Amino acid sequence: MIEARFSGEQGSFKLDADFTVPSKGVTALFGPSGSGKTTVLRCVAGLTRVRNGRLVIDGETWQEGRRFVPVHRRAVGYVFQEASLFPHLSVRGNLEFGQKRAKRGQGTIDFDDLVDLLAIAPLFDRPTAHLSGGERQRVALGRALLSQPRLLLMDEPLSALDRMGREQILPYLEQLHRTLSIPVLYVSHDLEEIERLADTLVLMRRGTVRAAGPIADVISNPNLPLVHMPEPAAVLDGTVKEYDSSYGIAKVEVPGGMLLVAGDLGPTGTVRRLRIGASDVSLSREAVMDTTILNALPVRIDTVQPSGDTQMTVRLKLGAEGSGAPLLSRVSRLSWDKLGFQPGDTVVAQIKAVALART
Amino acid sequence: MFDAAMFETILLTLQLAAVTTIVLLIIGIPLAWWLARSKMRAKEIVAVLVSLPIVLPPTVLGFYLLIAMGPNSPLTELIGRSLPFTFEGLVVGSTIYSLPFVVNPIRNAFETMSQRHWEAAATLRARPLDAFLNVALPLALPGILTGAILGFAHTMGEFGVVLMIGGSIPGETKVLSIAIFDFVETLEWGKAHVLAGAMLVLSFAVILAMRMVETRFKSDLT
Repeated sequence: MIEARFSGEQGSFKLDADFTVPSKGVTALFGPSGSGKTTVLRCVAGLTRVRNGRLVIDGETWQEGRRFVPVHRRAVGYVFQEASLFPHLSVRGNLEFGQKRAKRGQGTIDFDDLVDLLAIAPLFDRPTAHLSGGERQRVALGRALLSQPRLLLMDEPLSALDRMGREQILPYLEQLHRTLSIPVLYVSHDLEEIERLADTLVLMRRGTVRAAGPIADVISNPNLPLVHMPEPAAVLDGTVKEYDSSYGIAKVEVPGGMLLVAGDLGPTGTVRRLRIGASDVSLSREAVMDTTILNALPVRIDTVQPSGDTQMTVRLKLGAEGSGAPLLSRVSRLSWDKLGFQPGDTVVAQIKAVALART
Repeated sequence: MFDAAMFETILLTLQLAAVTTIVLLIIGIPLAWWLARSKMRAKEIVAVLVSLPIVLPPTVLGFYLLIAMGPNSPLTELIGRSLPFTFEGLVVGSTIYSLPFVVNPIRNAFETMSQRHWEAAATLRARPLDAFLNVALPLALPGILTGAILGFAHTMGEFGVVLMIGGSIPGETKVLSIAIFDFVETLEWGKAHVLAGAMLVLSFAVILAMRMVETRFKSDLT
């Protein structure tokens, strides 16, 4: 578990953040700029010290009362927003900087494995000035990981990159997520990145934590602002059950149902992150016969809220008893009133499109 | 063209400049680091004191140094010997006189060094001293070189301070600028020409070297 509580003032900014998240997978700190995400991350690293703080990582106290472990004694890897590679060292020199200073016998990240994973071997002898933005962040990520951290901290590592650079590095992040068991705290204000990467979401606003929990729950929580975005979506992790190669359709099991998804999603047992947009989900009382829509699943209506004057955002739970994963549906207020649905009703959700959040 | 006495003078001048530069770096680098990173308000007073020799007439500085090194001064009692009119005395005077030319460029280099590099080093488990030696110093190297060259050149050319505390003892305190002055006083224009010419060439070479170092590092570090 990562237990964090930071409160204090920095100039006119007031921070009062408190959250506990599992110390596995990717935890995203999400919120508008100025909400204190980066400050929280810096507090976790020990780069910023607030007056009142408590930080315990898997039972090891890094800050509490007057106890404050200095940055260089915390086993964290930190990837900064802009590349922070040392310009006086080559790529290899940068990678070795952290590796040399890692505690012997701590951590399990192998130099050659990581270099393969990040595909940075061809950059080794180049001065860091001759790298593209995406290459720089890959090297920075490698350098941070080679210091054998117990916790990886990333401060909007993609924000300084253009779209191409982003697409270049995201697959590596997803790959890391699959291969390494190091917990990650990831700061971002880009929802798409978070839908792809995060397992746990900490939602921040004006220096406070509004919600923290599994991403599927937080992202579809009607009391939180995410569902009122222009194009809300639900994310869910599914396990590939079988693949029908003659039609190119995979059967994916998600909590509370089974989805048909176009494309070969890998061998049986592969876990894939799926994204279902609220406007791709329509509702009907009975199962509709003779339709081209592949996925029609029983769902229980959980909550409903108006979004603007003309639309309703409905939170559903998969399964006739509503015990499965949450889904979102956006329908017009006209059809909502006409059909007379109520929370608690079991209805059928037609899902027009299921996208892969991770490629 | 050169006689033995002139060689002695040139050698002594180079020796003084070299020793002073080393002393300047030993004192100047930590001082510049403190000035660049300390959050103490009082540091600006220290910065002003360090920069004073830029505006102070060398004779004024030399005058105070002479008093500070006088026979009954606390400094003389502390080290147990008299410094005026000795090589060591010249080193002390030159160090104070050239301090701003070394400290200011190095302080600048430390200040422009990105805070992020310092923080990155800490997150990679480098203790402060380790980060200073392996990140801050190499990154500030162009500034340190500039400071060293300026300190060396400035010491070579000083006159007023040497005149006040050193006099003109051959092999001990008689440096180039003093020798040129002496030759002119005794109307030995030819010898003055030789030394002045040598000084001109050397100064030219120093500035040229400095520019080359700067351009090289700029292309390396950006």
